[in-house]
Amino acid sequence: MIRFLSAILVIVFALPVQAGVEIKEVTSPGGIKAWLVEEPSIPFVALEVRFKGGASLDAPGKRGATNLMVGLLEEGAGDLDSQGFAEATEALAAQFSYDVGDDTLSVSARFLTENRDAAVQLLRSSIVEPRFDPQAVERVRAQVLASIRSSEKDPDEIASRSFDALAFGEHPYGSQYAGTQESVAALTREDIIAAHDGAMARDRLFVSAVGDITAEELGFLLDDLLGELPAEGAKMPVQAELMLKGGTTVVEFDTPQSVALFGHEGIDRHDDDFFAAYVLNVILGGGGFESRLMEEVRVKRGLTYGVYSYLAPKDHAALYIGSVSSANDRISEAVDVIRSEWAHIAKDGVTEEELAKAKALLTGAYPLRFDGNGSIARIMVGMQMDDLPIDYIETRNDKVNAVTLEDVNRVASELLRPEDLHFVIVGKPEGV
Amino acid sequence: MKRLFALAGAILLAAAPLKAEDTVTDFVLDNGMQVVVIEDHRAPVVTHMVWYRAGSADEPAGSSGIAHFLEHLLFKGTKTLEPGEFSATVAANGGRDNAFTSYDYTAYFQRVAADRLELMMQMESDRMVNLQLGEAEILTERDVIIEERNQRTENSPGALMREQLNAAQYLNHRYGVPIIGWRHEMVNLSLEDALSFYETYYAPNNAVLVVAGDVEPDAVLELANTYYGKIPPNPELEPRARSQEPPQTSARRMVFEDPRVAQPYVTRSYLAPERDPGNQETAAALTILAEVLGGGTTSVLTEKLQFEQQVAVYTGAWYRGTSLDDTTFDLTIVPSQGVSLQDAEDAMDAAIAEFLEEGVDRDHLERIKMQLRASQIYARDSVDSLANRYGAALTSGLTISDVQAWPDILQAVTEDDIISAAKQVFNRKTSVTGWLKAPENVEVSQ
Repeated sequence: MIRFLSAILVIVFALPVQAGVEIKEVTSPGGIKAWLVEEPSIPFVALEVRFKGGASLDAPGKRGATNLMVGLLEEGAGDLDSQGFAEATEALAAQFSYDVGDDTLSVSARFLTENRDAAVQLLRSSIVEPRFDPQAVERVRAQVLASIRSSEKDPDEIASRSFDALAFGEHPYGSQYAGTQESVAALTREDIIAAHDGAMARDRLFVSAVGDITAEELGFLLDDLLGELPAEGAKMPVQAELMLKGGTTVVEFDTPQSVALFGHEGIDRHDDDFFAAYVLNVILGGGGFESRLMEEVRVKRGLTYGVYSYLAPKDHAALYIGSVSSANDRISEAVDVIRSEWAHIAKDGVTEEELAKAKALLTGAYPLRFDGNGSIARIMVGMQMDDLPIDYIETRNDKVNAVTLEDVNRVASELLRPEDLHFVIVGKPEGV
Repeated sequence: MKRLFALAGAILLAAAPLKAEDTVTDFVLDNGMQVVVIEDHRAPVVTHMVWYRAGSADEPAGSSGIAHFLEHLLFKGTKTLEPGEFSATVAANGGRDNAFTSYDYTAYFQRVAADRLELMMQMESDRMVNLQLGEAEILTERDVIIEERNQRTENSPGALMREQLNAAQYLNHRYGVPIIGWRHEMVNLSLEDALSFYETYYAPNNAVLVVAGDVEPDAVLELANTYYGKIPPNPELEPRARSQEPPQTSARRMVFEDPRVAQPYVTRSYLAPERDPGNQETAAALTILAEVLGGGTTSVLTEKLQFEQQVAVYTGAWYRGTSLDDTTFDLTIVPSQGVSLQDAEDAMDAAIAEFLEEGVDRDHLERIKMQLRASQIYARDSVDSLANRYGAALTSGLTISDVQAWPDILQAVTEDDIISAAKQVFNRKTSVTGWLKAPENVEVSQ
């Protein structure tokens, strides 16, 4: 087969955190785009493939279809049944993993230079021609059901389930993407095939690669691997309406330590105030030991092993959430401290010193993330999914440093609404 | 489908880098502190770790959990650092830090830009000897470790059963005591307990420094001499000699019932030899045995119990060879709906018996060895995992040459070695079998 090298378009950008390394934007002859960092020092490639939409694409009444489908991708494809596929993967020492979440379906691969073509063919077959053999469907369905049964008696899982239902009701975000025992039991092979056709299409595809591969080689690899996918998939999920109101919900569960999830509305990833909010969260509860919540709840009072808050800008809703767990007789104090710290920072803001510390942490830690082929590939595919420009890495720390005390404190007063915080507590909490 | 059960995680079969000698340099300081430098110049980042040859199995009787409690207290300040200032300084320099405790070691690490290495050495060497603790901090932090125990153990029936299984597995060795401690002893841990453990074990001649990342060995040695080299060794440090197991002569069984169990399962552990310096062959055979039996879709237990008989939704086999004293080889089966725990256990035992008759499939062994060779290439992408491998080995009785010989020893394992190691280890008299289940509902409504 004659290949037309000129058809591969390559645009190059510098990656300043690693001297001499650059991101290339590669466009395959078939029009598939990918970001690449060539790193030939170790003879393997880390490849990340993402499909937007994820488990929220489940059709009405088919909850769990996408999750079950993803669990079956490595259970037989092309000429190979489940064990044949596993044997072939092992013989090549390739590593493939398939995962799904609310918004994203992920395929991650690592394969050696010495057998790259064979590994890519195998990976291709799992993506474009999975078999969904009836025996495999039943075997993996039983595994999914077992894991759903376990989650029904796990306090963390119970808390997530209750919180999501309160927050999002009938929207897919309001239920667990693995589905329920009933919904998974009812899924047919046709449902699984429909989930595959809907979720894995080129109109929602993002790719990155890091390692021992050139732009030209990657260009052809992209078409081989993904070119046969349908051009269009299922309609994207609709925006979710956040129904959460302030308050507390207790889910009685007989266990010694209560688990609490809390939160209210968050902020969109593309909001002008996102960076200020991000810095604010580092100070409030996202900065590990240096955060106010950790200081007040753990260090000063010994009420928990860990307390955290997160901005959760999902594709169809934005949440600001957190978690804590404390013994049943101490959880109410932990909740009070969190509520009061939330109110305190909303009203009085943060100090110049806290802001400077948060910036030092964020800007100093950023280059440390680029520490391996796999991690760089994951960062690059994430940037594409967030619709960030290819030179974002170069400007990201400037954006953090540009956040002023006024910005943070204005955002704190708008974003943090202690009266809207809803706590879901699973356990036998006393005094709540 | 791989990640359904987080019962015990997958065994890590990764080995040393392809050409370990190219990237690893080691020294010993005059005061006895061992230094390992692992170079990776792809990113301007360094991981700085100090590992102490002191873990929960080195604790005095009656103060279980003190090794881990002390690990928490090392963040509470020294003669020159305020409580919390250590981590705050790391964060102010854009780094992250943490620590962990196991049976055989306690380790502290920071991950920072390579040009901050000296500051990390200065602070870490300071808290090796200058810890300063107040009574109030002790009490608050003790509440924290009790909440940690609540989170890791008390809230998880599986974790509670594992504690009981371990306690039954070890008749006389401290591996039978949980790393985090028994709750009734944790609530009484004192400042004196912590300081006594600290003074006994925290010394350069009981420590291993591992520096991994964008560094030059000579520069690391110079810094190590400046900061760690000035600390005098503890001359009273005794060789590590824990009370050992007597012959184990009876199979132990237990049923752990908890209403929070939704998915019952059977687990079995056998006492097993660990990797010993200059003598890692049996451990290598057991490492591969765990892969043969439980390493994914093509493994023996999966094949027989999930594909052929369809009595299990999940099976697994684990072996943790890096250990100072006798370790365990573990098997697990999660039965399919409608299959009893007894039938599941019987099926697992029958599958193992069949395997011992049939022997190891040559192609399967070849695929496992191919993956082991590849893991040496993939491992070079993660300098942190290499650092952990050296740190854990060197604090578990092994030497650098043992770590570097390990990949070749694994490649040399034969089918016969695997079967003979399996026959040696699968001895019911040294085993503990546990059933995890919800209690039977005795109140039958009419």
